[in-house]
Amino acid sequence: MSELNRLTMAQARDGLTQGEFTSAELTQAHIDALESSRELNAFVTETPDQALAAAKDSDARRSKGEAGAMEGLPIAIKDLFCTEGVLTTASSHILDGFTPQYESTVTVNLWRAGAVMLGKTNLDEFAMGSATVNSYYGPTVNPWQRDGDDKPLVPGGSSGGSASAVAARLALGATGTDTGGSIRQPASFCGIVGVKPTYGRCSRWGIVAFASSLDQAGPMTRTVRDGAIMLGAMAGHDAKDSTSADRDVPDFEAALEKGVKGLKVGIPEEYQIEGMSAELLALWDKGKEWLTAAGAEMVPVSLPHTKYALPTYYIVAPAEASSNLARYDGVRYGLRVEGETLQEMYENTRGEGFGDEVTRRILIGTYVLSAGYYDAYYLKAQKLRTLISRDFKAAFDKVDVLLTPTAPSPAFAIGEKMDDPIAMYLNDVFTVPASLAGLPGVSVPSGLCGSGLPEGLQLIARPFDEETMFAAARALEDAAGFDAEPALIAGGRS
Amino acid sequence: MSLDKATVARIATLARIRVPEAELEGLAAEMEKIIGWVEQLDEVNTDEVPPMASVVDVDLPWRGDKVSDGDCRDKVLANAPEKAEGFFAVPKVIE
Repeated sequence: MSELNRLTMAQARDGLTQGEFTSAELTQAHIDALESSRELNAFVTETPDQALAAAKDSDARRSKGEAGAMEGLPIAIKDLFCTEGVLTTASSHILDGFTPQYESTVTVNLWRAGAVMLGKTNLDEFAMGSATVNSYYGPTVNPWQRDGDDKPLVPGGSSGGSASAVAARLALGATGTDTGGSIRQPASFCGIVGVKPTYGRCSRWGIVAFASSLDQAGPMTRTVRDGAIMLGAMAGHDAKDSTSADRDVPDFEAALEKGVKGLKVGIPEEYQIEGMSAELLALWDKGKEWLTAAGAEMVPVSLPHTKYALPTYYIVAPAEASSNLARYDGVRYGLRVEGETLQEMYENTRGEGFGDEVTRRILIGTYVLSAGYYDAYYLKAQKLRTLISRDFKAAFDKVDVLLTPTAPSPAFAIGEKMDDPIAMYLNDVFTVPASLAGLPGVSVPSGLCGSGLPEGLQLIARPFDEETMFAAARALEDAAGFDAEPALIAGGRS
Repeated sequence: MSLDKATVARIATLARIRVPEAELEGLAAEMEKIIGWVEQLDEVNTDEVPPMASVVDVDLPWRGDKVSDGDCRDKVLANAPEKAEGFFAVPKVIE
């Protein structure tokens, strides 16, 4: 049964349905895999006992004929989702020992669909980062390595633990959250599929908040079909999140078969940035050829405010973060560092509890919101956000979906890009614009670069039109035929 | 715009984060660089542009002003670093 962790989610679902194996066996195979892959540091907390108990419950339900959409499928949960009775850290020192007394809506939905939790995955502290190096629990390692070089590489971030776990076959899928690219960029770095749905598609209730107008949960899986299955289980209206969309959840899996015949695919000229590698340009060109061969039509479009998306994001996101993270004060949960006065206790707790990048962003956010600067920075950024959103609206008058690269480079080594925050921020240059406009995006593994590392292409669709996005992603996946395996895959390369 | 040590110290106090004196200089340089970089937005004329108020076109829902949760004091206090007699406890604020 050692190969059960190599199945896709859809294959595992079919195997369970046909009685070829049980959820207990499938779950045990994944527990064995993650116990043999601890050098990746993909998990903050493993929950093997709960996983096996949940798997047995699932097998019992199935024997009574009550199987949900993800019945018995073992998955990992980013440690940003509150899980009742299970340590939830956001990979921050300041949440030491925090054991939620409630369950996030997205995970409630997943358990209701029958999924089984293997554990909680590592991330950049409070989801702030693009490499999963800003974690109190140490960096996560990408299971991919450059050809002939075993230097450890970053998995991208912030959902790097989830991406690494899925790529190394430690979980059939994992939840991620995406604020400026935190699902799509690590998916590209680890050679997997990462879906950021439309803002409002998944409830944010019970997810540790970073930037509330941008945060959105989504699935990270090895195939587009698995992403469709898992998003279907995660999504849905929730009265506890006032920004959650009151819309029916479509059958995303059914949309995979719609094909791309006659689909208009926009190619935004501004995404061809200076310094882009010839390899990445060639991959993008291949993507255009693949979709053209499948019956789609490529249409050049312009998104003139693209270059302002990153600086806009680095005002809006820190501003919202500085407000959201005010709650960590040493009073209600987590770390407390004593002081003579209440104010000293706050300052000591927050000074010790937050890492460097989180401190930097809270200070930037506090600065841009402070008296006298609000109009110059925050209001200005919100106006730019309107312009960026209008660019997309105009493009979507002409096309159905946009095709771009996901990230400007493949995975880099742990320790690189650490000296210059802006160099690290540039990782998200292709993912941030869609986040600012609340649009759905998906990264599809599309090829290997010259050094043998995976690179993804991104598809962006209209708000709440994940179905078209999935259809195009499936066509892209089919044409790319990406079947390479990482060096550090559990059990070794097949 | 110049972001000096004193400004960073003031912002850190506003944000209630203790930043060691030795780190202020480095932080000021980093923040100045980031703020300088975001100021490229000034190139764009936004006089006639409304600030974004809602990410997607969804009307915020209304709900009745009714209690929908509660009676869970022990759960609320379960993670408190310090509690006393059913309350969160903090250093003395009134002499």
